[in-house]
Amino acid sequence: MTTARATVLGRVRDALALAPTQDTTIPRDYRTGRTLPDDERLALFTDRLVDYKAKVHTCTAARTAEVIAQVLDGLGARRIGVPAGLDEQWLGAYDGDVQQDSADIPAPRLDALDGVVTASAVGCAETGTIFLDGSPDQGRRALSLVPDLHVCVVDLSAVEVGVPEAVARLVPERPTTLISGPSATSDIELERVEGVHGPRTLVVVIRVDA
Amino acid sequence: MSSTFLGMPATPPRSPYGTGNLRGDRKFPAAAHDELRNEQLRRNLGKATHTIRAKRLNVTGELPDWEQLRDAGSAIKTDTMNRLPELLEQLEQQVTERGGTVHWARDGVEANEIVTRLVRATGSTEVIKVKSMATQEIGLNEHLESAGITPYETDLAELIVQLAHDKPSHILVPAIHRNRDEIRQIFLKEIPGVDPRLDNVPAHLAAAARAYLREKFMTTKVAVSGANFGIAETGTLSVVESEGNGRMCLTLPDTLITVMGIEKVLPRYQDLEVFLQLLPRSSTGERMNPYTSMWTGVTPGDGPQDFHLVLLDNGRTAALADRIGREALNCIRCSACLNVCPVYERAGGHAYGSTYPGPIGAVLTPQLAGMHAAKDDPNSSLPYASSLCGACFDACPVKIDIPSLLVELRHQHTEESGTTAEKLAMKAAAGVMKRPKLFTAAQKAAELGRVLGGRDGKISHLPPPFNGWSDSRDTAAPPKQSFRSWLASDEGAATMRAAADEYDRNQQEEEK
Repeated sequence: MTTARATVLGRVRDALALAPTQDTTIPRDYRTGRTLPDDERLALFTDRLVDYKAKVHTCTAARTAEVIAQVLDGLGARRIGVPAGLDEQWLGAYDGDVQQDSADIPAPRLDALDGVVTASAVGCAETGTIFLDGSPDQGRRALSLVPDLHVCVVDLSAVEVGVPEAVARLVPERPTTLISGPSATSDIELERVEGVHGPRTLVVVIRVDA
Repeated sequence: MSSTFLGMPATPPRSPYGTGNLRGDRKFPAAAHDELRNEQLRRNLGKATHTIRAKRLNVTGELPDWEQLRDAGSAIKTDTMNRLPELLEQLEQQVTERGGTVHWARDGVEANEIVTRLVRATGSTEVIKVKSMATQEIGLNEHLESAGITPYETDLAELIVQLAHDKPSHILVPAIHRNRDEIRQIFLKEIPGVDPRLDNVPAHLAAAARAYLREKFMTTKVAVSGANFGIAETGTLSVVESEGNGRMCLTLPDTLITVMGIEKVLPRYQDLEVFLQLLPRSSTGERMNPYTSMWTGVTPGDGPQDFHLVLLDNGRTAALADRIGREALNCIRCSACLNVCPVYERAGGHAYGSTYPGPIGAVLTPQLAGMHAAKDDPNSSLPYASSLCGACFDACPVKIDIPSLLVELRHQHTEESGTTAEKLAMKAAAGVMKRPKLFTAAQKAAELGRVLGGRDGKISHLPPPFNGWSDSRDTAAPPKQSFRSWLASDEGAATMRAAADEYDRNQQEEEK
């Protein structure tokens, strides 16, 4: 008996034989390899993040712990999850409960956290997008998904101008999540409403000298 | 295993008749006739499509290289179709090497059986679902239910449709035909334990859905998704979404089953740089959708450890075998063509009878499922559900020439219906027009046609063989007099004389 695989691939070949193809060259005349000075990238990235209802804080690397503590205190978050590879000093000024994540913690238990603090892999200024790739300072995907608050630290040096520049920095094999603002839906009368299943509050801490 | 090419290529089959959701119960004009009387539907659709049109134009206008991105997107998809066999084999190899299992499905029936078997193997009697056109197309939910497995739709709009025992009416926003008041009523009636004080504020309705689905996300062991893109080069799959329900389904369960049409493959990871710009801006009119997930096989310690990819044909190879029609396979399901279509805006998605409504549905559905599978096949009416205004072509991010495809399908339809009475009548008309005396006599006879016209001078039902024509449009009743008999009358002669005199006067004026 012929397998479904052989049948489907045979049909594809038959289809292409019945209606021959025309050679195609792919024009890639769209913008790639763009750069912008730090202040302009920061302004664009911030504008786009705010437009999609993310909260944005800007600081120097030296003030990371101080700003994170301020953000968490300001939102009343007393129990925070962090990925195992996050710089411990980042929560040095925070006096709440910090739970280090590990793969054997069942995802429902993450629901008991008030929030999560992670680093990020790449940013995209033009779209206000943050890329997480599962590196040790970002953790498994469930960690930045289940808690209702996500505080994400982004280094300005990792913020690219546009989508092509950001995608070029990704490692395809890593589980990658693109985040542009908090969870939202346009399903009711095509009006955007923030806050459905993902974190309803997204705070981005941009470190301008890192 | 690779298949060896032996002898003449055979035409690939369409999606089997009587399966899945690629054919309505009746033809478009009849269905649209009823939908058009639903004023609530027309108000909801009008508001929603106008909102999204403005948003899309804003964000596409922001990019000075939008046209270059469209050109690239179009060429990448064409190149993909040209190299489909090798790309599918490459995708399979990459997914397998990264710990996933690849299955092939000749049609929707086979895909449903594969998914059901995989769910049963986990012991689970529930699955959570990410919004997916492919699983809607094959009727997976109905099949799972018949096998004792409960599917929970987790996208807000799909949830609304599922709770209301309704059908989706839009590719992106399946509940676009419902307004906030109707959604509130559906939630009050169908969500167990919902707060009876729930009002119609969209944010509160979204919060009610969040509360309802939270426990399902945390406890269900199996998820079923579709895929927006599958990268052959790396085996990476991608789901583009907004609410986070996709992330929940793709991350929390032990087992993930992804059903992907074979045309969704892309050659290179780099190609995402084009489609991640084209899709969100065309679809929800956002610079970027809130969440995009990309995963490659299985990652230890992160996400489902059991991953299955089901590659689905179900008529796609039949579309590929059509030199012109194959362009419809380039569709990335953004729904921009629906939102700009004057016919869709008024008739709504249900009138098309297929999972794929609107302009792209009118070209994709007949190609996947055929339009002559039965007598008076409802799909044969879809290529005519258009005024050929071209707005869909302008809006399409991968530049699918939908109007030309519609015309080609109309041509195929008339060719297929080769010996119909309508076609014979056209031949007879051509014969009559060549003979002046016969033509005059025919025009006189046509004056009798006035009897058929109502007070509004329109004929809405012609007798056979012309009912095919009058099913989809009103025919103006013939005038009292034919042009020729008017010209021969005193009034006609006087008018022509006056026109000639005026021409002479104008000539004299110019000479001065």
